[in-house]
Amino acid sequence: MSTAHLTLVHAKYSLLETARVPIAVIGGLVFPALSLLFFVVPQRMVADDPLFATQAVIALSVFALLANSLFGFGITISQARETAWDPYLRTLPAPALARVLAQVFSTGALGVVSILPVIVIGALLTEATAPLWRIGVGLVALAVASLPFMFLGIAIGYAMPSKAAIAVVQVVMFALAFGGGLFLPPILFADWLDTLSTFLPSRQAREFVIWAVQGGQLEPWVWIGILAWTAASLALALVLFRRDEGRRYR
Amino acid sequence: MTTLASLEHVTRRYGAVTAVDDVTLHIESGTILGLLGPNGAGKTTVISLLQGLRTATSGTVRLFGGDPADAAGRSHLGSTPQETALPATLRVGEVVDFVGAHFEHRVPTAELAREFGFDGLLRRQTGSLSGGQKRRLSVALAFVGRPKLVLLDEPTTGLDVEARCTLWAALTSQHERGATIVVTSHYLEEIEALAQRVVVMGEGRVLADDSLSGVLERVGLARVRLESSELGRVAALPGVDRVESDRAGVDPAGAGDATSATFFVRDPDAFVTALVRSGIAFRGLGVRGATLEEAFLSLTGPPPAPPSAATSVRKGF
Repeated sequence: MSTAHLTLVHAKYSLLETARVPIAVIGGLVFPALSLLFFVVPQRMVADDPLFATQAVIALSVFALLANSLFGFGITISQARETAWDPYLRTLPAPALARVLAQVFSTGALGVVSILPVIVIGALLTEATAPLWRIGVGLVALAVASLPFMFLGIAIGYAMPSKAAIAVVQVVMFALAFGGGLFLPPILFADWLDTLSTFLPSRQAREFVIWAVQGGQLEPWVWIGILAWTAASLALALVLFRRDEGRRYR
Repeated sequence: MTTLASLEHVTRRYGAVTAVDDVTLHIESGTILGLLGPNGAGKTTVISLLQGLRTATSGTVRLFGGDPADAAGRSHLGSTPQETALPATLRVGEVVDFVGAHFEHRVPTAELAREFGFDGLLRRQTGSLSGGQKRRLSVALAFVGRPKLVLLDEPTTGLDVEARCTLWAALTSQHERGATIVVTSHYLEEIEALAQRVVVMGEGRVLADDSLSGVLERVGLARVRLESSELGRVAALPGVDRVESDRAGVDPAGAGDATSATFFVRDPDAFVTALVRSGIAFRGLGVRGATLEEAFLSLTGPPPAPPSAATSVRKGF
């Protein structure tokens, strides 16, 4: 059985399991679209301005992937560590790569599903606009800028039991979302908050995708920040992953 | 007979704890091997070393001639999830198909379901199954890939007698069709019913590795039951391995109100001779061979008791 085939098999059953309890993911899937509908669309000052409307759509797309990565990895991993089913799957003749890729694919698929309504609502009900190729570039930028969220989710998943993970994921998610200007545009921030915000991966992701879609100047702190967060969160995830092997096998 | 899997001088430590201590074990094709031992004896660690879930601290583990950590090497291995942990929202048929998708020549779901007795349940979510149904499904998963070697870690824990017998029949028929099976168990009757070869582990070491009858002979304990007002003196006679009071919680060495006890001895003839010579008054003498459970306790239990601590508490079950 090839790794590609087994990756698809594992992703399929992972999605099937998720789909059986839709309420578990519905918050992550619907919340970004609802935020756009309730907080952006009625504010015609923002919604009727192509520049601001597009930025709002981008910010909520970043939020969608942020929520998706933290929930998808953090909670799935912490729950899997508490069952005996996960170690059982590791005794099957599937390489570790297939299982890791399956997790990335299934979480990624849900991420795409959560972005789609944001883009559709943005296109239909606001003046948000961008050429098709720019949207494509923006999606690639979004995927790149989401790497720290994915690694943070993995780190949370390996660091704590699922009950703690659910609480921590929510705190981290809202802190990053507000602090990163995903709910309120940074233009409304006080100066100190705006400065603080530039150190957050969510703010950096927002600016990075806006640059990819709307062009303009890319501040160095954006890409330096993304690189730094990616490296730091990857290192943290790896350390916790290794430590977990020792602890689980006691 | 070919060697399907082997451990050569394998040691596995978890921090300061040594779970498996210099174990050498060869698993040849065609047998049902029973792996016995109390909790913490290292059985589950041996199984997980063979599954590739853990790596040895030192020594070599081989599975089908390769490294068990290598996924392709596990394609002829069947194992079963512990604690009947099945994904609660997936249907029974889906779980079988999920696991089956990993194997080249898998058993069709319906055929497997018929054999292990869950053919009416394929559309049910596993979360709605009873404990016994989950257990049957879990064990069946080990056989979906037509494995050459099957590792079963306590397959019938928590089953009632009838369900256990059904499962034993399925295992025996799978074995007759060529599967080699390693089964760990707390149920000694399970090992007696299934296994041809018995490996007894205690504190991470192999204490005995022999045929079923060989283990019994090697331990060779006999039970001598008698009534006496001086049980403490009887326990102090030479050759007594262990004493069990017939009344729970009463110390036969000291208490006056316990009148009968069972003595485990290596040589019943010599023991009875010494008993008679000692002049201790007794009645109701009965002698019989030990069961595997009793043999097993004397292998894993504390060393032969000195007279001052003649009472032994049955442990581990």
